[in-house]
Amino acid sequence: MKYKQGKYQIISKTAIARDMFSMEILCPEITEIAAPGQFVHILPAGKTLRRPISICDIDKVKGTLRIVFAVKGDGTEIIAQLNRGELIDMLAPLGRGFKTPEDVKNVVLIGGGIGTPPMLPLAKLYGSKAVAISGFRSTDMVILQSDFEAAGAETILCTDDGSAGIKGFVTDVLKNIMAERGNPDMICACGPTPMLKAVSEIANSNNIFCQVSLEERMGCGIGACLVCACKINRNDQEHFAHVCQDGPVFNSKEVIW
Amino acid sequence: MADLSVNIAGVEFKNPVIPASGVFGYGREYEQLFPLSKLGGIATKGTTITKRNGNLPPRIAETPSGMLNSVGLQNPGIDKFLSYELPNLLKKDTVIIANIAGSTAGECVEIAQKLDKTDVHMIELNISCPNVKEGGLAFGATCEGAAGITAQVRKATKKPLIVKLSPNVTSITEIAKSVEAEGADAVSLINTLLGMRIDINTRRPILHNNMGGLSGPAVFPVAVRMVWQTANAVKIPVIGMGGISTGKDAIEMMMAGASAVQVGAAMFTNPYAAIDIINEINEFLDDNNISSVKEIIGSVKPW
Repeated sequence: MKYKQGKYQIISKTAIARDMFSMEILCPEITEIAAPGQFVHILPAGKTLRRPISICDIDKVKGTLRIVFAVKGDGTEIIAQLNRGELIDMLAPLGRGFKTPEDVKNVVLIGGGIGTPPMLPLAKLYGSKAVAISGFRSTDMVILQSDFEAAGAETILCTDDGSAGIKGFVTDVLKNIMAERGNPDMICACGPTPMLKAVSEIANSNNIFCQVSLEERMGCGIGACLVCACKINRNDQEHFAHVCQDGPVFNSKEVIW
Repeated sequence: MADLSVNIAGVEFKNPVIPASGVFGYGREYEQLFPLSKLGGIATKGTTITKRNGNLPPRIAETPSGMLNSVGLQNPGIDKFLSYELPNLLKKDTVIIANIAGSTAGECVEIAQKLDKTDVHMIELNISCPNVKEGGLAFGATCEGAAGITAQVRKATKKPLIVKLSPNVTSITEIAKSVEAEGADAVSLINTLLGMRIDINTRRPILHNNMGGLSGPAVFPVAVRMVWQTANAVKIPVIGMGGISTGKDAIEMMMAGASAVQVGAAMFTNPYAAIDIINEINEFLDDNNISSVKEIIGSVKPW
């Protein structure tokens, strides 16, 4: 695995929903080696620990990465205060991303809340072969729906309170699609743990290849400090893998919830 | 370019900067960023007799100017270390310090005996891990415990032996003196300070282990004080650590009496921290016409 650390220029910053920001960062040396599902580790000025943020788009021609993140605490608040033209301290690209087999005919991408951004590179890759299901608490938190549409994916929105799109959970939509059209060849998901667990159960019981992107509090980001542990069953043995190096993307059959 | 070399217990270091045990794994990940040969040495991840899975996550939390961790000594065990990690590390042209921990003195003795047969340069006996039940701190909290385990490990190996001390004690100088008396070649300090944070919304401690070890810039003044007191209390070299994140911090720690420094949490903030610190020490020495870093060790002029 290859990664770099440096200060890179922010070329755009937009508030896209309540407490959610999108930034494009000029970093050709990182985009050159970045892949869907990987993340960047950003240092909020003055903090001890970096914050892992998933990659939302990789433009290898322009040499830019896009990140979309939510302000959740002091660290992300500091990052959100950075503006166009300023520099952002990143260690990237990190982790193992999504496997992207070419021979799949239909793919379901599931994003829950701030888990939606890492689905966009997959939507761009699979285009009309992809159904992108996004779930949010309410309409003021909805992000990236026009991006999924522009990527050519069938775009389905749902909200917990019904204030936008379908009222209900992403797993209800997934079950309906499977009932109407049969099993997809692959499911990729990122979002809150209960959502990922529910998606994994549906995928595993139907024997569908499913990849989930996990989150854990992180230290070094490169696999040295071993803090971001997650329980995995590999080769019939339970062990603690690490989200930053062995993940963030795991096969749903391996994850012990 | 000043002479940055230091000598600890007969082992020559090309410079006094060592990534601390636990933050650096076995070097493989940071080697993607810089050659390990630039470092004075490497203190490897704490290794136990058998594989350990460590504590349940979350294992880390940010704190004002610092962080808490409770990894719980996750490691592959000494045999995997000897067969897979050590041979690789010994090719890197830097001092390799094997950090070891055990839940009994017998385990530490067995690990030390195994290491004694290898080309590892030094052993750092961890009697101060705050994150594991019976994980070292059981020995490190009293003079009798610290002396007892040091004496047993001392008999098991001729390798230069560093004993890593806990700050979570009444008198770190008394503990340092008791391990010196039992044949420790050096002491390293401070390990992390036991701490705790609570999420007020969930009323849950942020760390799954409830408590964890505090490190980072917040602990630096405590570390400087303890290194200064200890360096004045023992004749063996002191390796200083605790919140060092810049060359200036390293120089301050060395002036307090440290013969070398270890860098921990700063590696998370800046993965090049150890390299930047080496360069900054050199600049300070050149700017002040000091020809050797050895001249600053213990050079504080107390009031």
